[in-house]
Amino acid sequence: MPFGNTHNNFKLNYKVEEEFPDLSKHNNHMAKVLTKEIYGKLRDKQTPSGYTLDDVIQTGVDNPGHPFIMTVGCVAGDEESYEVFKDLLDPIISDRHGGYKPTDKHKTDLNFENLKGGDDLDPNYVLSSRVRTGRSIKGYTLPPHNSRGERRAIEKLAVEALTSLDGEFKGKYYPLKSMTDAEQEQLISDHFLFDKPVSPLLTCAGMARDWPDGRGIWHNDNKTFLVWVNEEDHLRVIAMQKGGNMREVFKRFCVGLQKIEEIFKKHNHGFMWNEHLGYILTCPSNLGTGLRGGVHVKLPKLSTHAKFEEILNRLRLQKRGTGGVDTASVGGVFDISNADRLGSSEVSQVQLVVDGVKLMVEMEKKLEKGEAIDSMIPAQK
Amino acid sequence: MCLHLFIYLFTVSSLKSSAQETTMPFGNTHNQVKMNYASEQEFPDLSKHNNHMAKILTPAMYERLRSKQTPSGFTLDDVIQTGVDNPESAADNPPAAFSSESMAKMTLKRLSAQDEFPDLSQHNNHMAKFLTQDMYKALRERATPNGFTIDGVIQTGVDNPGHPFIMTVGCVAGDEETYEVFKELLDPVIEDRHGGYKPSDKHKTDINSDNLKGGDDLDPDYVLSSRVRTGRSIRGFCLPPHCSRGERRAVEKLSVEALDSLTGDLKGKYYALKNMTDAEQQQLIDDHFLFDKPVSPLLLASGMARDWPDARGIWHNDNKTFLVWVNEEDHLRVISMQKGGNMKEVFNRFCTGLTKIENLFKERGHAFMWNEHLGYVLTCPSNLGTGLRAGVHVKLPNMSKHAKFEEVLKRLRLQKRGTGGVDTAAVGGIFDISNADRLGFSEVELVQMVVDGVKLLVEMEKKLEKGQSIDDLMPAQK
Repeated sequence: MPFGNTHNNFKLNYKVEEEFPDLSKHNNHMAKVLTKEIYGKLRDKQTPSGYTLDDVIQTGVDNPGHPFIMTVGCVAGDEESYEVFKDLLDPIISDRHGGYKPTDKHKTDLNFENLKGGDDLDPNYVLSSRVRTGRSIKGYTLPPHNSRGERRAIEKLAVEALTSLDGEFKGKYYPLKSMTDAEQEQLISDHFLFDKPVSPLLTCAGMARDWPDGRGIWHNDNKTFLVWVNEEDHLRVIAMQKGGNMREVFKRFCVGLQKIEEIFKKHNHGFMWNEHLGYILTCPSNLGTGLRGGVHVKLPKLSTHAKFEEILNRLRLQKRGTGGVDTASVGGVFDISNADRLGSSEVSQVQLVVDGVKLMVEMEKKLEKGEAIDSMIPAQK
Repeated sequence: MCLHLFIYLFTVSSLKSSAQETTMPFGNTHNQVKMNYASEQEFPDLSKHNNHMAKILTPAMYERLRSKQTPSGFTLDDVIQTGVDNPESAADNPPAAFSSESMAKMTLKRLSAQDEFPDLSQHNNHMAKFLTQDMYKALRERATPNGFTIDGVIQTGVDNPGHPFIMTVGCVAGDEETYEVFKELLDPVIEDRHGGYKPSDKHKTDINSDNLKGGDDLDPDYVLSSRVRTGRSIRGFCLPPHCSRGERRAVEKLSVEALDSLTGDLKGKYYALKNMTDAEQQQLIDDHFLFDKPVSPLLLASGMARDWPDARGIWHNDNKTFLVWVNEEDHLRVISMQKGGNMKEVFNRFCTGLTKIENLFKERGHAFMWNEHLGYVLTCPSNLGTGLRAGVHVKLPNMSKHAKFEEVLKRLRLQKRGTGGVDTAAVGGIFDISNADRLGFSEVELVQMVVDGVKLLVEMEKKLEKGQSIDDLMPAQK
């Protein structure tokens, strides 16, 4: 191995039992899967960049559980993590992604024309539409592990790629560390600004190191296409706009993403992708498409219906509050998005959102009129 | 610079010629046998070699170092064997030996020092004052024997540009060797932080409480409580920013064994954080003993909170006057405290307890990290030397508003804090007054300054209460 990890070797002086974390109070995917045997088998291994098993699991050791969600409890430090630590990560991926097997193949489809409909969600109910994903740049290690030099190189590449976009994608980059107060205010009002992570899920994985060095926000002049640089992933790409025209949002998303990918490829730094895991991202929960397509939708009646959870389940959708993943809904407005990431394509995931939200708005309207929705309950998708 | 790579490996641990060493558990007999051959006969043929070791190693150096070995029996020939066996390597930067250079390269990113140098333009801490790009370039080539690198040292200072109340240090040690391997950075930081303490200075340790004069008569109407704390690191283990779970647990196990064997006034009990009952927790909070998972980003950024609460705990004696924290910011934090102003008694118990604990560790084959230059070696460079903070909670409502309060404290070599500790403000005119120094003065000297200084401050307070002037009481600079 060209880059050994000396302290990891030093730890091997201690027995497995002495180093194995105490997971007795833990409830996350990593804690469900990691046994002393697996730990013993993987603890002397490392990826070519020196990422070790203890690095992978640190966040899950430090964060026993989360009140709302079953957390993953592990992260990748580089592309090779998913291979070197597959004995741990494969079962976690399977558990998290509905039984996805190590032999399964993931399908990528970013051809927006394959989406049916999606341009007619009722704007009286669907207040806004958004699609986001993440991308990792091949040849660099991931946010839990990367160095300042790598992060800056990613930023430099990203800015080069993004500033070469034109037409509806023409825009500007705002590095976090040299943002003016006025720019910051504007980005906050636009709901674009991301801040230094406070969630211990992220900070314990080392993703906030050297903040705000190498971090920034790029968006187009129209404020409908946005890229976060060096937050939880190398890139987070977001298309959004008010109203229910998810089709338009998805189109812009696909077109913009593909333009960006072309430019990165020209610099010999394509996106991390393979036919088993799709797009490689920091958190195993985001593998595959890394896509979360969602709407903010008014469902005051449906959300209080006894079958709301069941319906979401069958539609393969999930709900969040309008503040994002760790929040509760306000005023009956929910963030409804696809639950899946891996094992289905981008088009099929956005299709689920489009079809599912359309159905739920119809249900909401029925409930408003005092009518039953039993006949509309969908089959399991 | 490369000279350091070899020298440090041998100088951090105690160097003894193997021919004279009798107490080493693992002597290297074969190395001694080789001494029967002259240096020229043993010196490797490096004529075809192109690696860093071959560039540096001379016959004179070989002759000087060949008789030496580390405590674990590693010799010069061990160090250079791989470089002797591999004249040239295919990699860009061939690791030439099992040296810190190759260790550093193991975790070294392939980008240049300029690419990696942190942006310290917004920063105001000791590390940021001294770290230059040239220094960074040299230091990133090294690692301690345990694999701690310069990035590990400085991460907390990069992530925390400044603090509203205090000039933070901005760097930590991951093991005992950090202070040697990264001395180019740490020596100036230490000098700046500890009043001009030079790399050649010697630190004096004195924990004989008999040497303290007075200290048993601070007025309890003013001095509400007295406390002395210090830290100790157990040699042979990495420090909290870098240690593994196995090491941390070993430190806990050793500590609990040692503490459980204390008797008399010091007899007590250990409460592991991870299986404390609610009742125990409440009691410890009420006693002001409980420490919690660090929230300060200064500590979190250095990795000290990893695996919380595994192997962390609190031990205290039945009388609740002697307390040990295990695996918080240092391996051990030792605290002696009680209500009122009898600092002498507090210091007495402190010294007795500490000495007993040290002996118990030694009996088990583990000394405290200490050397004659830096005194006790702790995680934060600010705590080197004595690691001692002796202080009182004292009522100084009038004195604290006096124009010369800061000046008086400065001259007395004291510092003030709020009663909540380092990051807090004073409440109700009650201040935490303690010694400002840690390194370059002995424990006795520092506690003497507190005792004398607080006695004077209370006198001044009483004068001010009566509306009298304190000008004639102003002390000279200590």
